Amino acid sequence: MIQVLVHDKKDTVGVIVIEGVKAGQELTGWVMEDDSTIKVKALNDIPIGHKLALKDIGNGETVIKYGFDIGKAVAPIKKGEHAHVHNMKTKRW
Amino acid sequence: MISGKTTFQGYRRENGRVGIRNHVLILPVDDLSNAAAEAVAHNIKGAMAIPHPYGRLQFGADLDLHFRTLIGAGSNPNVAAVVVICIEEQWAKRVVDGIAKTGKPVTGFGIELHGDHDTILRASKVAKEYVQWASELQRVECPISDLWVSCKCGESDTTSGCGSNPTVGNAFDKLEPLGVTLCFGETTEITGGENIVADRCATPQVREAWMRVFNRYQEVIDRHKTSDLMDSQPTKGNIAGGLTTIEEKALGNIQKIGKKCKVIGVLDKAESPTGPGLWFMDSSSAAAEMVTLLAAAGYAVHFFPTGQGNVIGNPILPVIKLTANPRTARTMSEHIDLDVSGLLQRQKNMDQCGDELLQAMLRTCNGRLTCAEALGHREFVLTRLYESA
Repeated sequence: MIQVLVHDKKDTVGVIVIEGVKAGQELTGWVMEDDSTIKVKALNDIPIGHKLALKDIGNGETVIKYGFDIGKAVAPIKKGEHAHVHNMKTKRW
Repeated sequence: MISGKTTFQGYRRENGRVGIRNHVLILPVDDLSNAAAEAVAHNIKGAMAIPHPYGRLQFGADLDLHFRTLIGAGSNPNVAAVVVICIEEQWAKRVVDGIAKTGKPVTGFGIELHGDHDTILRASKVAKEYVQWASELQRVECPISDLWVSCKCGESDTTSGCGSNPTVGNAFDKLEPLGVTLCFGETTEITGGENIVADRCATPQVREAWMRVFNRYQEVIDRHKTSDLMDSQPTKGNIAGGLTTIEEKALGNIQKIGKKCKVIGVLDKAESPTGPGLWFMDSSSAAAEMVTLLAAAGYAVHFFPTGQGNVIGNPILPVIKLTANPRTARTMSEHIDLDVSGLLQRQKNMDQCGDELLQAMLRTCNGRLTCAEALGHREFVLTRLYESA
């Protein structure tokens, strides 16, 4: 059973693909690029479709998904923490 | 599964284009003509009115787009015949003349000097003849290369980028070598992935045309924005579904063009492509606006991946919806033509899902109604460029 989907090996966030993930839950992630598997522990309750950090991301640091820049952190995000609009923002508009 | 020998049962029109539906349209040119158009469609069973709120005091490029969209809608090969109604007879004629170039039956009526009653009577008589004539047209076997297929996603979430959008991309990669005419668009929704699309352009000229429309649309956003567009782009639904930034949404969005297809040209809004292959249409990312522009460009069937569950349909262009979000597939099942949520758990692979989508496409082309058609979703939404005069 996979709980996290990761597009690219370089990604610093992964997507929760099951409903009802709880804080403290040990999760298995599938890295689509090379078909490898990773383990990560969720630090928050995270809804399906939302992201969690796969490594510690510093305030202002670029967040990587699909192997590309998807914006920046606007607060420190710990590995396993929910990464969403409260701690991430676009660099464009 | 699909090959150059694949065929479908379509309606071959007078100009050689192939449609998969056989509508008789009652087309109002302006807001004032909606009531008469809807009355005709009520009188004559099998005729379909497509009301909309515009058409008065538009000018310049905005007026050109209005006419191009209406003439394109009437010219679409999913339409057998058209009755045009306008407050002013001269402008009804302008639309009639545009549609008549396809060779299909079309007649226009002006309301001024007649009133609604007389207009409805005269138009109903013609609509009845058209409906009975169209009901005898037969589907014929057509090669897959006669098909025009468009895509646009809506209420996306992160599952769109993981599953439903790459499923469309897989199908596009299989259709493109067969000579099918394809299209994607959503100009600002490629923000963050613009260089990826640029690298997929077939020639330096196409690349330049793409960057020109991309940069122009960015200037529109910069000129009018009062914030970072949060809740508009991405939408509240996108954000609820886990998307965080426009860049993340864009990188998911462009999964729809697959891994191999090259962009062979850039189209203006509602402009028809001139040959097979993948085209980009400069357009809004609002679902009903863009699907209407694609219908006006002549596309016959549409792939619509959704995450959180957009319910859009179009009166002319059948919209096939797919989702990779298991919650959406469960809670909004009446809107979902294809559930590809198995992708997220590796229960299915992309190739299988691409084939399933092509199978759904062929069934739709052969006559099966989509969920949106069965539910009566007929969103016909005209794009406006600026204020009326």
